[in-house]
Amino acid sequence: MLYAVLCYHDEAITGSWTPAEESAVVDRLIAVHDKYGDRFRPVLRLMPASTAMNMKSGAAVMTDGPFAETKEQLLGIYTLDVDGLDDAVAIVADLSAANPTANYELRPLIAYITDAAFGPVQSIEGAQRDGSH
Amino acid sequence: MARTDDYRATFAAARPRAMAALLRYFRDLDRAEDAFQEACVRALSAWPRNSPPRDATGWLILVGRNAQVDALRRQQKVANEAGGIVADTAVGGEPDMIERLDQSHFRDDILRLLFTCCHRDLPPAQQIAVALRVISGLSVVQISRAFLVSEAAMEQRITRAKARIAKAELSYEAPGALERVERLAAVGKMLYLLFNEGYTAADPASDRATLCAEAIRLVRLLLEMFPAEPELMGLLALMLLQHSRAAARFDAGGSPILLDDQDRRLWNRDAIGEGIALIDKAMRHRAPGPYQIQAAIAALHARAESPADTDWHQIDQLYQALERHAPSPVTTLNRAVAVARLRGAAAALEMIAPLSEALDGYFYYHGVRGIFLKEIGHQEEARRALLRAMSLASTPAEAVHVRREIELLEHGVVR
Repeated sequence: MLYAVLCYHDEAITGSWTPAEESAVVDRLIAVHDKYGDRFRPVLRLMPASTAMNMKSGAAVMTDGPFAETKEQLLGIYTLDVDGLDDAVAIVADLSAANPTANYELRPLIAYITDAAFGPVQSIEGAQRDGSH
Repeated sequence: MARTDDYRATFAAARPRAMAALLRYFRDLDRAEDAFQEACVRALSAWPRNSPPRDATGWLILVGRNAQVDALRRQQKVANEAGGIVADTAVGGEPDMIERLDQSHFRDDILRLLFTCCHRDLPPAQQIAVALRVISGLSVVQISRAFLVSEAAMEQRITRAKARIAKAELSYEAPGALERVERLAAVGKMLYLLFNEGYTAADPASDRATLCAEAIRLVRLLLEMFPAEPELMGLLALMLLQHSRAAARFDAGGSPILLDDQDRRLWNRDAIGEGIALIDKAMRHRAPGPYQIQAAIAALHARAESPADTDWHQIDQLYQALERHAPSPVTTLNRAVAVARLRGAAAALEMIAPLSEALDGYFYYHGVRGIFLKEIGHQEEARRALLRAMSLASTPAEAVHVRREIELLEHGVVR
């Protein structure tokens, strides 16, 4: 069973973390990854919302900024391949304990185009270079 | 009761917005600061450990405002009972302030708060010091360490600067379009100076180096408020790209390591990725400006996997564009470095010859000139230029670096 775990946080707060505070959170999250190993599928961190662009229906042009002006931003996406809901909830509980000021949403996933979603993931650096001409 | 550390990041994140709203309400920096301070104290006892309210900023604004209004009323009452003149308490403001804490209102508040620090009579170093105290909430001790002056001197400097700001009578009306552009430009420049203060620090872990992180945080906030301003995207991109090299820029002894010699594996790939994303996005606006152009140059360096991969041709072209947008001898000097790579040191020397007067007191001019002269075999002239650079060095690390060049010149090795 595939799930997405969406991590939300206020970027103003995560952007105010000191390097020490940030690495403490990251270390705890890595420990959760190590604990569940192969049940984690692609894990992606979103760049800050100021890098976002959006296209509203029918507008045909991209405008700057994320869609909604909310207090919280989507920070990252985990995808899980687990036996059932209980497993997924246990993982979310551990993630939440590792990053207690973040909010997590759990959503079952339908594998749409399986190869594209779960095949080899292009490295982030590679993607940057390709996008840079 | 919770400890301040539990909410350090929450308070730091809320502070610029909260101070901006409180400044509009009280129209006085000190009162706004007192109000925010009091709100933080109350939060420590009111908030359950590790879970602040969903809208922490709104909470702090409301509680801070009410606390300060009460305090002012008490002061007034004491004054009245003592038979004093009824003071203008400035508890006027806008009654519906809290109801109007939406983004559109916030952005002019935040711009105004940042702009108050950019008072044109204040020297840049004082603008930055006040911004760090008022907007970022750094302690006077922290700021004095960053500026390498005594705490007492910094305290006095900030107090004087604030007094000057208080006399300036800033408009609290929503600014017009042109005024907004002017304010943004002034604030951008101040934040750029703040970043540069930190960037020149040798030790990436020093108090001074935290200035870079603070500048980045404030530009992020500004960009959130003005998401379609290409120069703000460029400014953030520029800072991120420069800061991405922080771990590679100095050796263990604090001496600078030049770009060519840096271990590029130490560059922060996340910061580079974000910087490139921002500059790509900014350039879609087809409204280039100095920050965007400088960021584009920094991006070309960041993209090169090794010094040999650097696209000097495009860097030369971007510096030419920068010369058109913001002509300055320093820009020409920078361009000369690209020209030296493309067409040789002789061509570069020819290019910088007309700058000798304008940049006579500039460390980098003599340093770069010395290197060019060495490359074309003019040893004695090179030595004189490097000695001149050494006499102009503003940090020990700069002096050490030039001394090494001179020793290389004289002995062919570093002793």
